[in-house]
Order: sequence, then structure tokens, then C-alpha cells
Amino acid sequence: MTDGPARITRDEVAHVARLARLHLTDAELELFTGQLAVILDHAADVATLDLEGVAPTAHAMAVTNVLRSDTPRPGLDRDEVLAAAPDVEDHRFRVPKLLGEAP
Amino acid sequence: MTDGWHLVIGLEVHCELRTETKLFCGCRNMFGDEPNTNVCPVCLGLPGSLPVLNQRAVELAMAIGTALHCDIRPSTFHRKNYFYPDQAKDYQISQYDEPINVDGWLELPDGFRVRIERAHMEEDTGKTTHAGASGRIHGADYSLVDYNRSGVPLVEIVSAPDLRDAAQARAYATELRAILVASGASDGKMEEGSMRVDANVSVRRSPDAPFGTRCEIKNLNSVRSLGRAIEYEAERQITLLEAGEAVEQQTRHWDETAGRTETLRSKEEAYDYRYFREPDLVPVVPDPEWKAAVADTLGLMPAQRRARLTELLGQGTDAVDGRRDQVATVVDLGLDDLVVEAAAAGVPVTLALARTANEAATDAEAARRLDLGAYVALLTMEAAGSLSATQSKAVLGELLAAGGGDPAVIARAKGFEAMSTDSLTATVAEAVAAEPDAWARYRDGEDKLAQVFVGRVMKATRGQANGKAVVAELQRLRG
Repeated sequence: MTDGPARITRDEVAHVARLARLHLTDAELELFTGQLAVILDHAADVATLDLEGVAPTAHAMAVTNVLRSDTPRPGLDRDEVLAAAPDVEDHRFRVPKLLGEAP
Repeated sequence: MTDGWHLVIGLEVHCELRTETKLFCGCRNMFGDEPNTNVCPVCLGLPGSLPVLNQRAVELAMAIGTALHCDIRPSTFHRKNYFYPDQAKDYQISQYDEPINVDGWLELPDGFRVRIERAHMEEDTGKTTHAGASGRIHGADYSLVDYNRSGVPLVEIVSAPDLRDAAQARAYATELRAILVASGASDGKMEEGSMRVDANVSVRRSPDAPFGTRCEIKNLNSVRSLGRAIEYEAERQITLLEAGEAVEQQTRHWDETAGRTETLRSKEEAYDYRYFREPDLVPVVPDPEWKAAVADTLGLMPAQRRARLTELLGQGTDAVDGRRDQVATVVDLGLDDLVVEAAAAGVPVTLALARTANEAATDAEAARRLDLGAYVALLTMEAAGSLSATQSKAVLGELLAAGGGDPAVIARAKGFEAMSTDSLTATVAEAVAAEPDAWARYRDGEDKLAQVFVGRVMKATRGQANGKAVVAELQRLRG
């Protein structure tokens, strides 16, 4: 672990929580800001390593081009799918009023 | 209005790929099916489900990259996180900082090159319908979601801000659409949403000035809407600037009926998507062999297709100039193979081009399915004069509706005398024998006397014979 300025601020944690639709109390914000800083510090240890000549890793597995053929496979039965939905109308999922346009 | 102002336009085009299945699961990629009938744990975002990339989708993305002269690179996928029910899993899988295609270009028919920044893969969203009093999103009481489209493979093609007016933007969208169709990647149907265009528009005082603040316009469902929206938006920005106000960076929605753009969200409301690497997918790394194999499957591009027709018509002639629109039409609609094949089968190319651009093009979808043999047979009959132009068009209408058939049978059923050459020859011979004096004078060069024989043949056939064919036979007899 390295000493130094805080790697994450309380405001940043509050912002990320808002993006994730998490409602945190002030006490929770304090708690998680401290915990996240520890995690980031731990990750920052990597920066102390000599990585000259090491290619960036895209994935934990050194595997590429995992593909399937473009062949249709049966999916789920609609009645079964919609039976699991809280609300249904016209064979569609009925969801609450939206507060904005699709991104 | 736009005097003294210069437009800067960049386009983002979303294109649904013509695959059998979705990008990450084996559900069918099918427009217009019953709601929620093409869904599975993957595209419904059910816990524990894992995406597996569709090879065909990757190859079509590479085909688009090849057609747009892009560098095809090793690429990765990211999760774009947002809360909106059109993706059941609350994120969209998209390519972010390592897209499969970068740094290409598209050449417009007039030779102007538009740079392509990137063309990356991503999954489409489900379809939301907003129910309630107004039917529009504001004031809707609730929404209904159909996930059939969720996970359908898309390629998003991002141009550089190189376009300078609405006409050029339209030309770009038209040419790109033709390229997507020609490469086999898309059906290019804007009306069904398989090609969707967003436009970034800004204005500035001089062509050398820095770019102005831009607005992104969404909901452009036709090339015509694209042009109208750009013109409206440019005027809106110019009015603001000339009044001493500032253009605010916004995403705006084009209202086709009202003919104006409306604020959707401002920069402050812009989403923070918290992109991060999709841990369930590994990188796609096309090797040179794979790229070459995809390039080999690529058909002729629109520019090559136009050149091919122009060559058939004969270079540098008035015949080419007068038919430029016909050539563009058949190529844009993907019908030029019909013309080329018909010409190869001996049909005069001008006739094949005219019937294809003027008649077949009115139902391009049916024309693309049209049995080539039947089409050639019909045009051969028309070229030989055994059907008049009007009759030929009527038979073509039937062929298009039925997808094929025997044009001779259709012509007979319609009461058109698809006269055999033998019976025409015999009837003309009878007319000649009945008018020996007229024949002698016609043979000596009095061309107008051909009408005497045409009249007799018409009478004998109750108007079913083709006048041109009769004259041709008379000329043959005269030697």
C-alpha cells in the first residue's frame, strides 16, 4: 500500500452511487469512500511494477475469437417468459412510466 | 437565411446486420414477428446467461469495414451501462475504445470523399411502446417492451464531420445505404428501422473557423427527413447566433410532422455510461487470411456497379447522360443485376434499364425476388415486338406480384396476342398477297405504304399484332 492523496473523493462515490441508483446515507458514503480508497490503493500497487515491454492484457484468459455459427436455436416459450414478469400487456412487458428518452 | 454561414455535418448510421440470429445468442433476428417470441435467457438478461459472439455478424462487420476502406483491427467489447428498460440487463454490449473498423472513407458519386472514423459492432435494443393519453413519451402512463430486437447485431458507422450541406448529407446516406445493401450486410430498409441515421450539426461564419457547438438530431427515418432536419436545425442555430445567443450542446428529436427539432436532453443531462470491459467476451482478432476470405465474398460496390452499367450503355454518349438517373436508381435499389443479366441474354440494354428503373423499381423488394428467366423472357418478347410497351408493363406487374411465371402465359391470359413469329409471318404474307400494287410501290421505297399492310394485319388479328413487329417483317421481306 502506498501513502499519498486520497484516490477517490466522497463526491465521486456519491456520483457513482447515483449512476447505479444506490441510495446511500452519509454514514455509508463515508464508509464506502474509505473502503474504495483501499481497493484503489491496492490496484495502484501494479503501477509500481516494471511493465516495460509487457503488452496490455485484454482478458484474464489468453483466448481470442470465441465464436458460434449463425444457426438459430429455440429460445424460451413466451408464456413462460411473461409469467415471470411483474406486469404484462399485449404480450409485452409492462414497465413504469419512463423518465427520459432512450440513450 | 444561411447566407454567410457554413454548415458542418457528421452522421452516425446504425445498420442492422442481415444475420439469421442475434449477436450473442441463437434467437432469430427477424423483423415483424409476434412480440417476445424471439427471446432467451441471454437477450432477456437472465442471471447466469453468457453471450457467445455470432461469427456471421463479425464477418458482415468486416465486410462493411472492407467496403468502406477501413483498417480492420483486433477489437474488444464493453458494457455501456444505463437504466432504461429497452435492455433487460441494464447495459448494452458495444465496442468502445477498440472498434473493429477504423479510419476508412466513402466516395460520393461526385468524387467527394467522406472520412469514416469508425464502424463498430454493438447490440440493438428492445422496442418500447409508450402507452397512455398522448402516445408520446412525455405524459405516457407506462411503457410496453418487446425484446425481439434486443441483441440484434448492429454496426454503427461514424463519419468525420466532413459534410457541408444537407444535399451532401443525403448523398452520403444514399451511397452508404447502397454500399450496405451491396455488401450483403443490410437490407437498408430505413422505414423498418434497419438503417437509422443521427446527424451532428453545427454552423460557423467561415469555412476555416473552428467548429461551432453542435447538436445531435435523432429520429431521422428517411433520407428526406435527414435533409429537412439538417436545414431546419442549421437555421435554428443561425437564428440564435444572429440574435447574439449561444447554441447549447443538445440532443434533439426530429418531429417529422411538425417539421422541427425539439430538445431531448442537454449536455448537463448527458449520460455517464460507466463503460467497462465486457468480462464475458474475449477479443476478436481477425488474421490476414480471415480478412482476405471476407474481402473475397464482397460483391461489386455501387460505384463499380454504376460504372458497369455506364460501360454497357456505351461511354461518353448522350445515351449515358440521359440515363444517369436510371442507372443511379437501379444501383441504389440493388436491381442492376437484372439489367446486366438481361443485357447478357440479348435484351437491348436501354430497354432493360428503362423497364427496371421505371417499372420494376416501383416494387423493388418484389423485383429483387423476380425470376430472372421470366424477366428476360418478357423483355425479349417486348424487344422482338411481340408485346407492346404497354402490354409488357402490364405483364411485368403480374410477374412482380407473383414473383415469376411464364410471361407468354400471362400475356395470353390478359388477352394480349403474344403472336408467334410463324403466325405473324403468315399474316403479313397474306396482307402482302392481298395488296400486290401497294407491295410493288413499298418495295420500290414508298415506306409510308407499310401502313396499308399494318392496317390489314391489325384487322386480321383484331388489333392484337404489334405494329413495329409487322413493319420489321415487311422490311425483312423487302430485303
